[in-house]
Amino acid sequence: MLETLLPILIFSALGLAVIGAWRRIRLWRQGRPSPVPILKGLAAMPRRYLVDLHHVVGRDKVMSNTHVATAGGFVLAAVLMILVHGLGLAQGVLGWALLVASAIMFVGSLFVARRRRNPPARLSKGPWMRLPKSLMAFSLSVFLITLPTVGVLPADFGSWILAVALAAVVTWGLGEMFFGMTWGGPMKHAFAGALHLAFHRRAERFGGGRSTGLKALNLDDPKVSLGVETPSDFTWNQLLGFDACVQCGRCEAVCPAFAAGQPLNPKKLIQDMVVGMTGGSDANYAGSPYPDKPVGEHHGDPHGPIVAREGKALVDAETLWSCTTCRACVEECPMMIEHVDAIVDMRRFLTLEHGNTPNKGAEVLDNLIATDNPGGFEPGSRMHWAADLNLPVMRDVKQADVLLWLGDGAFDMRNQRTLRALIKVLRGAGVDFAVLGNEERDSGDVARRLGDEATFQSLAKRNIATLSQYRFQRIVTCDPHSFHVLKNEYGELGGNYEVFHHSTYIAELYEAGRLHFAPWKGGKVTYHDPCYLGRYNGEYEAPRNVLRALGIEVAEMARSGFRSRCCGGGGGAPITDIPGKQRIPDMRMNDVKETGAELVAVGCPQCTAMLEGVVDATAEIRDIAELVADALVPESEARAQPTGEARIAIKEVAS
Amino acid sequence: MQPEAQAPDAQARGALEVAVLVSIGRHPLTGRARRADQDARGVELAMSLDKSRITLVHAGVLDEESEGALRGYLGMGFQALTLVEQPPGADVIPALASALSEAKPQLVITGERAEQGEGSGLLPYLLAERLGWPMVSGLANVEKVENGVATLLQALPRGQRRRLQVRLPAIVTVDGAASAARQSAYGPARRGEMRLAEAPAVFDEASNDWTVQAARKRPKRLKIVKAASARDRFKAAAAKAEGGGGQVLSDVTPEQGAEAIYKLLKEEAVLR
Ligand code: SF4
Ligand code: SF4
Repeated sequence: MLETLLPILIFSALGLAVIGAWRRIRLWRQGRPSPVPILKGLAAMPRRYLVDLHHVVGRDKVMSNTHVATAGGFVLAAVLMILVHGLGLAQGVLGWALLVASAIMFVGSLFVARRRRNPPARLSKGPWMRLPKSLMAFSLSVFLITLPTVGVLPADFGSWILAVALAAVVTWGLGEMFFGMTWGGPMKHAFAGALHLAFHRRAERFGGGRSTGLKALNLDDPKVSLGVETPSDFTWNQLLGFDACVQCGRCEAVCPAFAAGQPLNPKKLIQDMVVGMTGGSDANYAGSPYPDKPVGEHHGDPHGPIVAREGKALVDAETLWSCTTCRACVEECPMMIEHVDAIVDMRRFLTLEHGNTPNKGAEVLDNLIATDNPGGFEPGSRMHWAADLNLPVMRDVKQADVLLWLGDGAFDMRNQRTLRALIKVLRGAGVDFAVLGNEERDSGDVARRLGDEATFQSLAKRNIATLSQYRFQRIVTCDPHSFHVLKNEYGELGGNYEVFHHSTYIAELYEAGRLHFAPWKGGKVTYHDPCYLGRYNGEYEAPRNVLRALGIEVAEMARSGFRSRCCGGGGGAPITDIPGKQRIPDMRMNDVKETGAELVAVGCPQCTAMLEGVVDATAEIRDIAELVADALVPESEARAQPTGEARIAIKEVAS
Repeated sequence: MQPEAQAPDAQARGALEVAVLVSIGRHPLTGRARRADQDARGVELAMSLDKSRITLVHAGVLDEESEGALRGYLGMGFQALTLVEQPPGADVIPALASALSEAKPQLVITGERAEQGEGSGLLPYLLAERLGWPMVSGLANVEKVENGVATLLQALPRGQRRRLQVRLPAIVTVDGAASAARQSAYGPARRGEMRLAEAPAVFDEASNDWTVQAARKRPKRLKIVKAASARDRFKAAAAKAEGGGGQVLSDVTPEQGAEAIYKLLKEEAVLR
C-alpha cells in the first residue's frame, strides 16, 4: 500500500511547495526593484551558506553541529527520498544512503529537541516548539519506510494499521518540511534564507568582506516619496531578507536598547516587517515583545503605513528611534539580515516626509543646516580651542602628509582635551599634518542616522569639495563616526580617501619607532570598543596594540571585540532620547566595573561623553590619545634614561 | 483648539480663511536664509486652529536663497505658497494689501518683525491701516473663533497673558511667546508649489536716501541694584518693571498725547 501512496504523497507535497513558493515570491516582489546578479548569486549561494553563514552560526558550536546534521541530513534525505520513493529507484546504494541521511537528520533533531526543552528567552516559541517533533517525524518515518525498500524488513512487514500510522507520520513530516517551507511554517527560513543569501543587497559581506556604509538615497526626483513608508517600499530583496529570519533571537540578546528596556527588539521588528509584508496583526508572534508593548495591538499590510501619524499601525515611531545603530544585531544574525538598513530606511521617511524627528532631533537638524554643526555654534569659532596651538591650516599650507579631521568634538570642552593630546602626540612623532580649521563641517553622520539624507548629502558634498582643494596622503581622526562616514560613505558621493582612526595611526607611528613611552604606572585598565570602529570597520587590534605598547595589560570585558556593548551614543540616540528602564551607558559602566578596572580606555568622543555621564562610576574614562600623550617621552630621554622593562633592551645596547 | 466651541461656526460659515505672511529669515550666526522664526510660529499657530484653510503669502524676490527659505515653510505640510513677486527694493505693502484684499482672508497672521531688511516691525501696522482692519500684536494663541469674533491670548512681559476679543477680519502678529514651529520636512518642501500672484510693484523711494549698515546689539540700560542679601537681589531681578516715573494718559486729545510723548523723548535725549 505504501508503495502506491508514497509517490502520491511526495509529489503532492512537492506540488504544494511549488505553489507556495510562487506565492511567497510574489509577496517579495511587492518590494521596490533592486538589481542583483541572479545567476551569479545562485551560484555563490552554496558557498555563502557553507562558509559565511556557518562562520556566524559556528559561534555557538553545539547549535552549529546540530544544524549541520539536521539540515544536511534533511537536504540529502529529501533528494534521495524523491529518487527512491517518488521515482522508485530503490536499487543498490541509494536506499542505504537514504537510511544514513535520515538517521543523521534524526540525531540532529534530537539535539534540536534538547534545546527546545528549556529554551532561552531569546528563542521564539509557538510553532517553533513543534519543529523538533516535525523533524523527528520526518526523519524517523523516512527511515522506517526505507527499511523494507532495502530489504532489511520484508516488504509486507506489519499490518495495514502500521502502514496507515506510518503514512500519517510521513504526511506530517512532509507537510512541515515541504509544504511549511513555502507556506510560512518554521521551515520557511530554509527556502527564504537560501534565496536571501543568493540575492543579498550587500554581496560584499560574503567571503570575509565588510559592507557597513549606509546606501545613499536618490534625491534626484522631487516627485517620489523618500524613505520607506509601507512594507512595499522596501526593496524586494530586503523583504526576502526579513522572511529569512529564524527567530533565533541572537539579535535580541545583544541589543543594548532591548536590554535597557527601550521599546525595541530587533527580532520583533523583523517579524513585524514580515507581518506587514503578508498583511495581518502581530498577534501570532511568539517571542519577546518590545519591552512594555503588548503583542496583538499592531497590524499592517503591504501598502499601508508602517508608522501611523496618529494612533497605531505596524510599528511605533519610538521603536525605530530607540536604535543606536550599533550593528550588534547585524553582527550576530546568522541569516545576515540587515536591521540597521531597515531602521534607517524607515527613519528617512519619518524625517524627510513627516518631519517627525523626536525630541532634540529637529533642533539638531536645523543647526546642521544653518551652522554645519549639531550644536548650533558659530562656525567661525570651531578653532577657538586651539588658539594657542598654532595649528597649520590647509588653506595656508595647501598640502600635508596627514589631514587631521577634528570632528564636532572641537566644540566640546571634554573632547578638546583629547584633541590637544592627539596634537601633542602627532608633534611628538614629527608628523607633517594640517587641519581644515573653520572650513571643516560636520561629517553628516548624525544627520544621516536621524534619517535626514538631504542634509547628509549636502554636508558630504561640501566637505568633499573642500577636501578636493588640498593635497594629503591620508586623513586621521579621533572620531570613529567621522572615520566611518569619510571612509565608507563618502565614496558613493565621489570622495575616496585613505582614512585612519587615531589609534591605528598611533600604532603605526609606534611601530615605526617614532613614539617612545614611559612605562605605565597606573592601575588596571580595560578597553571599550566603539561600535563605529569595531563592528563597522573591523579595527579591534590597533587600540589594543597601542595600549600594549604603553605597557598596559588590557583586562577585557565580557562583551568586547565584535561583541562589544554599545555606549548608547550612536545613531542619534542621545538626541531622540527614547526613555527605557535603565540607561545604556550605565550598563556599559557596569561591564567595566566587573573587570575591576580603574580606568577605561576609549577611542571615541561620543563614548567618552556617554560613559563620563555615568554617575558614581568606578572607573575613569580616558581617550587613547590622552594615555599616549601622558606617557610620551622624547626620543633622547627614552635612550638616556630607560625607565621601564619595555626599554631595557635599549639600556643594554647603550651602556 | 476647541473643536466643540467652533463646530457650529465652522459649519455655518465654512472653514476659517487664514493667511500667514511669511518672510525670508536670516540665521543670526551664519546669516543663511531660513524660515523666519516668528513667521514660522505664525504658521504653526494657524495650523493649530481648528477647521482653518491656510494660505501662505510671501511678497518679494524669488531667487535661489529665498526659494530655499520659502520651501522651509512648505515643508511644514503645505502644497503651495502664494508668491507675490516683487523686484528688489520694492515696497511690499501695496502689493500685500492688494493681494489680501483680493483673497479676503478673515485672519492674517504674521511675525512681529522681519529678520532682515528694514525689520522695523511696521509692516503689520501699515497693512492694517491700509486695509482698515484691527491689528493685535504679540499673540501667544488664538483661543477660538466664533461668529466672526476671535478670542486671542496676548503675551505680556514676564509670562503674563491678556485675553482680547477682536472682530474679524483682523491682522495679528506673533513673537517668541507663541509655540515653536514644527519641523520642516524635506520631501513636502521640495514638492510644494510656488503660485505666482500679480501685484503692482511700487518702488520704495525713501530707501534711496538711506545708508544701510549691519545692526549691532543695542546696549542694555544697566539696572543698578543696591541689595544687601541674595534674596533682595533675586527680588529685584524678578520684579515687574515699575513704571515709577511714567504717567498714564487717558481721555486726552491726540495733540496732548503727542506733546507728552515729545516731551518724554526730549527728556530721554532720544530727540535733540
Ligand atoms: S533577525 Fe537574525 S538574529 Fe534576529 S532572530 Fe532573526 S535570524 Fe535571529
Ligand atoms: S543596531 Fe544595536 S540598538 Fe539597533 S537594533 Fe541592532 S542591536 Fe539594537
